[in-house]
Amino acid sequence: MNEMSEINARKGWMESLAKAPSAVLAQAWQQASLADEFEWLRAPETGTVMVQGATGGTGAAFNLGEMTVTRCAVRLADGNIGHAYIAGRDRKKAEIAALCDALMQTESAAAVRRKIINPVDEARRALRASKAGKAAATKVDFFTLVRGED
Amino acid sequence: MYVAVKGGEKAIDNAHAWLGEMRRGDTEVAELTVAQIRNQMALAVDRVMAEGSLFDPDLAALAIKQSRGDLIEAIFLIRAYRTTLPRFGASAPIKTENMACMRRISATFKDAPGGQVLGPTFDYTHRLLDFKLAAEGGVETAPKSEADTDEFKPHITSFLNQEGLIQQEPTSDARPSDLTREPMELPASRALRLQALARGDEGFLLGMGYSTQRGYGRNHAFVGELRIGDVAVELDIPELGFAIEIADIEVSECETVNQFAGSKTEPPQFTRGYGLVFGQSERKAISMALVDRALRWKELGEDNPGTPAQDEEFVLYHCDNIQATGFVEHIKLPHYVDFQAELELVRTLRKEATEANAAKEAAQ
Repeated sequence: MNEMSEINARKGWMESLAKAPSAVLAQAWQQASLADEFEWLRAPETGTVMVQGATGGTGAAFNLGEMTVTRCAVRLADGNIGHAYIAGRDRKKAEIAALCDALMQTESAAAVRRKIINPVDEARRALRASKAGKAAATKVDFFTLVRGED
Repeated sequence: MYVAVKGGEKAIDNAHAWLGEMRRGDTEVAELTVAQIRNQMALAVDRVMAEGSLFDPDLAALAIKQSRGDLIEAIFLIRAYRTTLPRFGASAPIKTENMACMRRISATFKDAPGGQVLGPTFDYTHRLLDFKLAAEGGVETAPKSEADTDEFKPHITSFLNQEGLIQQEPTSDARPSDLTREPMELPASRALRLQALARGDEGFLLGMGYSTQRGYGRNHAFVGELRIGDVAVELDIPELGFAIEIADIEVSECETVNQFAGSKTEPPQFTRGYGLVFGQSERKAISMALVDRALRWKELGEDNPGTPAQDEEFVLYHCDNIQATGFVEHIKLPHYVDFQAELELVRTLRKEATEANAAKEAAQ
């Protein structure tokens, strides 16, 4: 149970970091000045992930097409290991995401959450809310007219 | 047959230098940036991602700049780049019912739960040229509504499903075949057909889809639902032993509701066609759904009077614009040896004919 909630917490911050707008993440990272010594377990490399769709939205899987993904892994001086998988080819973003993932497993976790995870989540939430608000403003009620014939 | 030729290096270099100059155009005019293309030519970028079969807006924008706006050339560049990258894995099937929709309409139910959301559409515009855009100017900000902005929008077909009025899509845990890994074999599975259509040429699929509406493969379609928006991509991370959402990507999805199939054992039901495309491309998504449905004639027990859209081999082998352009355009390359042979043949035939005529005249 405890292990499950730990995994879910880690999934949560890894997702926040992966989906963070690049510029917001880079700025938050710089301002947080948490930079720690680390070594690469896996230097950033770019590849693809095949995105699958589901037939009819619910049925059997099919291959929709690929997307670019960059991944890397770091080890901090204290031995903690961080991973990152992000969309696109931004190596710096992948590095920051992996470092934050590692730091979230240390006593710096609260600071990383406050200074990085929360601000990038807020930026993403605001973008999403703005899009959703504009979409909602285009909601229509179509009504059918009585036709001319009997 | 094309034959290798040597020489011409200097001419080729010069041709490419001129191409670069032409690409830049008049240097008095500001140069386009990749960010400008990505932002302001977004639908061209989406088309290059969909048919290049690689979701990466920056790369697609770069390809459009490099190709001088020739989208098929840009798609070619993306396809070529893709082959240089290692594949990390495959995502879980994206859950389009959880899409954050910017557009969502149904032509079958006006009171669809979740509502009809027009989004940033060209529909209902008057298609009059807007000369204000020719002058640089500000932009109106789109109004926002505060109400029920993130409301869940269930798939329209799920309502029909509740009553058993529409066919359910069969599920399967099998790994779908991948035409980028194995050569396409016919008859193709539906998964393979959908992959081919998803990366197929928009114009080709539009024409094929149109032909089904005009009577070449009758299966009268309603757009049950068309939705465009962001959907999460979830990837299993083997080194961690769990899956994470790595991105939200924009896709267009179309579900058509088509005429009935029924049998002695099963009462009539609506059938379905499916279209799913990277980015915003509802024309392609609708076309794909029409063609997908037409290609299902065999499994639905329908007749095939030989219409093009129902011909799997015809559709799947001709919908890829990179294969097509490669073969169509290669005939401009040196075929000197081939042509020499034909030239010799025609000369010989002409000589024989002339001699035969002369002999005939002499005999008369």
